[in-house]
Amino acid sequence: MSEATRQPILTAKGLVKRFGRVVALDDSDLELYPGEVLGIIGDNGAGKSSLIKCLSGAMIPDEGTMYLEGEQLNFRSPHDARDVGIETVYQTLAVAPALDISTNLFLGRERRRKGILGSVFRMVDRSGMRRDAKRALDELGIGTLQDITQAVETLSGGQRQAVAVARASAFGSKVVILDEPTAALGVRESGQVLQLIRDLRDRGLPVILISHNMPHVFEVADRIHIQRLGRRIAVVTPQTHSMSEAVAIMTGAA
Amino acid sequence: MDSNPTGEDALVGLAQHDKTVLDRIQHALHRYPVTSPAVVLLVSGIVFAMLSNGRFQRPETIGIILQQTAVMATLAVGQTLIILTAGIDLAVGTGMLLTHLVIAKVAVDQGVPPILALLIGMMVGLALGAFHGFIVTRLQLPPFIVTLGTFYIFNSLSLVYSKAQTISKEALGGENSLLLWTGKFFTVGSMRITVGVLVALGLYAVVAYALSNTSWGRHVYATGDDPEAARLAGINTNRVLLSIYMVAGLIYALGGWVQLGRSLSASANAATDVNLETITAVVIGGTSLFGGRGRIWGTLVGALIVTVFRIGLNLAGVNVYYQNFAIGSLILIAVALDQWIRRVGK
Repeated sequence: MSEATRQPILTAKGLVKRFGRVVALDDSDLELYPGEVLGIIGDNGAGKSSLIKCLSGAMIPDEGTMYLEGEQLNFRSPHDARDVGIETVYQTLAVAPALDISTNLFLGRERRRKGILGSVFRMVDRSGMRRDAKRALDELGIGTLQDITQAVETLSGGQRQAVAVARASAFGSKVVILDEPTAALGVRESGQVLQLIRDLRDRGLPVILISHNMPHVFEVADRIHIQRLGRRIAVVTPQTHSMSEAVAIMTGAA
Repeated sequence: MDSNPTGEDALVGLAQHDKTVLDRIQHALHRYPVTSPAVVLLVSGIVFAMLSNGRFQRPETIGIILQQTAVMATLAVGQTLIILTAGIDLAVGTGMLLTHLVIAKVAVDQGVPPILALLIGMMVGLALGAFHGFIVTRLQLPPFIVTLGTFYIFNSLSLVYSKAQTISKEALGGENSLLLWTGKFFTVGSMRITVGVLVALGLYAVVAYALSNTSWGRHVYATGDDPEAARLAGINTNRVLLSIYMVAGLIYALGGWVQLGRSLSASANAATDVNLETITAVVIGGTSLFGGRGRIWGTLVGALIVTVFRIGLNLAGVNVYYQNFAIGSLILIAVALDQWIRRVGK
């Protein structure tokens, strides 16, 4: 990787987050480069989720700065992060189970009909959104989802995750953050989600993947950010380090 | 290299294609939740028609069923919205009574023109709803407890405010007054349709539209279904909750107006059944008490079922005391059905 010449798309510098006396983030940095999958690993309490919450607007850091494409970011809510193109898929809370696929994909950003129906009667453009939802899923190669009007709870865990990933990547987003996307899934479904992550990268969308699952991280990540005691202590690649070496760094044994 | 080496997933995948008849019914009901209450209404209508020597299906009886359902069905709209967000409104009846007294008393005691009295009633209803919404969203108290408290408070305020006296039709300006306009009827054949029935139906149409065709409606469902997912999708769930409690409060006033036309008087002791019956209508209508699932039209069907059972059993000559037995059984069946439907795909 020629990191010296490439510009990161997303940068965090010196992030600090304290909860009383507990320091969740202690001067933590992060760089994400265009077109890469960045794995983030770390022991419990290493500050992985605090780091991610800062990047996705769910938490406001006490100190430090973040930049997206050179622009400084000042998030007050997850909404702000979405507005600039940082989309986050959460492990379990990604979708509303009783709502259908299309409704979930457009949840919180429904499109309205043109003309008086939309402006006065606030009517949503249901058929248009269904069409685009179908296209978004097709683009990701999720052919198994036949019916876009199906409730999400009738889908398998992997399919639900796929819907969440489709939502994150379908709206001109610049960065997709996946928080433990395979934690609740079986072998075959994990494989599908990992393939989905590769597809996103191949479409040029950089991905941050947080996972406890070392094999999954080593399978898809281009670079691996190792978080320990609230800060980044190393960045390795699957080519230069083995899994046990990474774990050693992560736990402080190395 | 996989952390979880098992072949079970492939088997699960195969099993999904192998659906039994019961699975199909479960999926159909999951998709079209109004089906079961509609079937109950239809079947009970047919049965009561057979048991009542032809009296049940007379247009006169149908008209009476509609009139008797109107107040409860109106209030059940607000109840449905609240239950869709996994809340409940135990104060819907006393809230309606308080606003209908406000409408009557500002018109009678203060001499406010009827149209203005109605508007004042709506403002009061809105304020009562906003109070609920404020406590639920800001103080994070469970709706059950909040509205249990206001149930008593509204009841007490109604009695104090009206001095427990009934305001008569004459005092309200006679049957041609706008205040009692919802009691006016026209006839279709020999079936009497009151304005109050039309007000209720109009309300259903408006709310059905808003629920299924606007972003707000989708956000109501999402908030009830999974508040955390809704928040993460960028929905301000507190604002959604506040809005539905305010709409429910506005509906107190609408229901109060329908009640004025129904009883042609105003009293703090009217319509005592309406409180719980709105919940009954919502539950029988297929809306889940756990939030996020249900259809507003189901509630209308549920409200009609309650009245159809009461009047039908009466006409069939069944001891009146069995009416509540039948309705209670329906509730249990409806809730059991909901539990089963919600397990779809699991």
